[in-house]
Amino acid sequence: MRRLWEDAIRNFGGVGIAFILLTVGTWLIFMILLPQLIMLDYSFRPLLPLRKIGGPEDVYTLKNYIVLFTTPLHRAIFIKTIWSSIIVTTVALTICYPVAFYLAKVARGARLGWILMGLIIPYWINELLRIFAWQLILADSGILNQLLLFIGLIAEPLNFRAGNGAVIMGMTYAYILFMVFPLYNAMESLDRNQIDAARDLGSSWLRIHRRIVIPHAKPGIAVGCIMVFMLAAGSIAAPQLLGSPSSFWFTQIIYTNFETANWNQGAAYAMVLAVLCLIFIFGMLKLFRVGLKDLAS
Amino acid sequence: MKSSNVVLKVVTGSYLLLFFVYLFLPLVFMAVVAFNTSSIPQVTPWEGFTFMWFGELFGDSQMWDGLINSFIVAFFVVIISVPIGLGASLLLTRLQFKAREGFYAILVSPLLMPGIILGISTFLFWDQAFQISGGLWTAIMGQSTFISGYCMLLIMARAQRFDKTQEDAAFDLGATHRQVFWKISLPFLKPALLSAAALAFMQSFENYNTTLFAIGFEQTLPIYIGSKLRSFISPAMNALACIFIGLTIAGATVYEIMRRRESGKK
Repeated sequence: MRRLWEDAIRNFGGVGIAFILLTVGTWLIFMILLPQLIMLDYSFRPLLPLRKIGGPEDVYTLKNYIVLFTTPLHRAIFIKTIWSSIIVTTVALTICYPVAFYLAKVARGARLGWILMGLIIPYWINELLRIFAWQLILADSGILNQLLLFIGLIAEPLNFRAGNGAVIMGMTYAYILFMVFPLYNAMESLDRNQIDAARDLGSSWLRIHRRIVIPHAKPGIAVGCIMVFMLAAGSIAAPQLLGSPSSFWFTQIIYTNFETANWNQGAAYAMVLAVLCLIFIFGMLKLFRVGLKDLAS
Repeated sequence: MKSSNVVLKVVTGSYLLLFFVYLFLPLVFMAVVAFNTSSIPQVTPWEGFTFMWFGELFGDSQMWDGLINSFIVAFFVVIISVPIGLGASLLLTRLQFKAREGFYAILVSPLLMPGIILGISTFLFWDQAFQISGGLWTAIMGQSTFISGYCMLLIMARAQRFDKTQEDAAFDLGATHRQVFWKISLPFLKPALLSAAALAFMQSFENYNTTLFAIGFEQTLPIYIGSKLRSFISPAMNALACIFIGLTIAGATVYEIMRRRESGKK
């Protein structure tokens, strides 16, 4: 402890230490830890009218959590959130892997610059607008229906937004680029000579990817999957804009809870969503055998 | 051997082409609709070319309120997040301590959590602890929670490449901590600080999830867009999308030109 203090004084001086304590302390305590603890506290308290708060009925309870598992509709929606986020993640990984590999190990010079720019432009366009674009495509009088009617494949416009498909498509489109960049970053540091050597020794391309590229790109794959899964599971824009009125999503239940001022229920469901994402993160880290510090790159 | 190379090239080329068609075609559609006279946002039937949806957009006072709020929020997010990112990156790159890894995990955790959770927890915290109900301030705090993390990672990436002997030399020559910071550390970190500020601004400006839950009854531009798109859809939103796409392309072009000029110098 004393060595740490001496180290800090030598590195930063008194003013420097004060600056670091102030900034990091504020962030850690008032922005990360306390808000999460307050939310946790809310989630274990019953919804009470204002005058009863602090009274004998204001005791810790699991009620807000139990509701999720005893309401069949909510349970089904929660499970839907899990599988649809897994679908979005899998599709994004499958589509992006070849693109990232091409960018990292095949494309060079000016062409690489152009392609990266072509990825950055849609990446920076607001999530809401990207999902709105799919609203225009999938609407009853949208482009897809017009096209199918025009070529005579259908006689009546189809309602693409009836099920969950439209939301899943919108999520995939909106979050796919969060997969490309981590994959690209991880693959870029791979030495080309390793691939060439394997090829010269007669390895098939499948073997090259399985034994060289994928092991090297593990941290990138983990980050990409974590980001896409988290964005999909926590997406509220896609269900709001593309979901059918008859099919709610988990984030919409949380939103409704807050609209109807049932903060306790909302907090509990938000905690469940957070735990789901934590489980996914640790699952990914374990699956790819990477540590949290490897994810920074 | 040669013919298989050609096949590979054609397959790769078509795959990339398809991927970019998938990325851009929806955006092109969305932009084109902004110029169709039809009051339902659609490409066909094409009822004539018009700028009137831009007029409708500019006449909407709610849009301007949202835009101003977005600028205010983004400004404060930059002011708060960049110093926090700087402080955290100095702490993590310069000091070795036991809990370093766990500490790092906690600081990056907001980046790995859904935005709505940060929005909800920020909203509840300020309401409960300080009786401050949802508004621009809670939106700023909620966004800064994770944007500080991005700033930290960006600044850390550069701070790790810092040559500490420069500082040691300055100290040996009798420089104070203040002099070393302003003359050596800060100039070295400046590019990273500037990109962190730009990133923080853009992240804040387009944030929807966290803001939606934190902001209460106020509106930023994305909240305005969200509520418009959920209720009555007018091609005015396409006009807004068109402007966003134009600005993004302009920004990316400027960035690319600067990057090439920079790499040309070396």
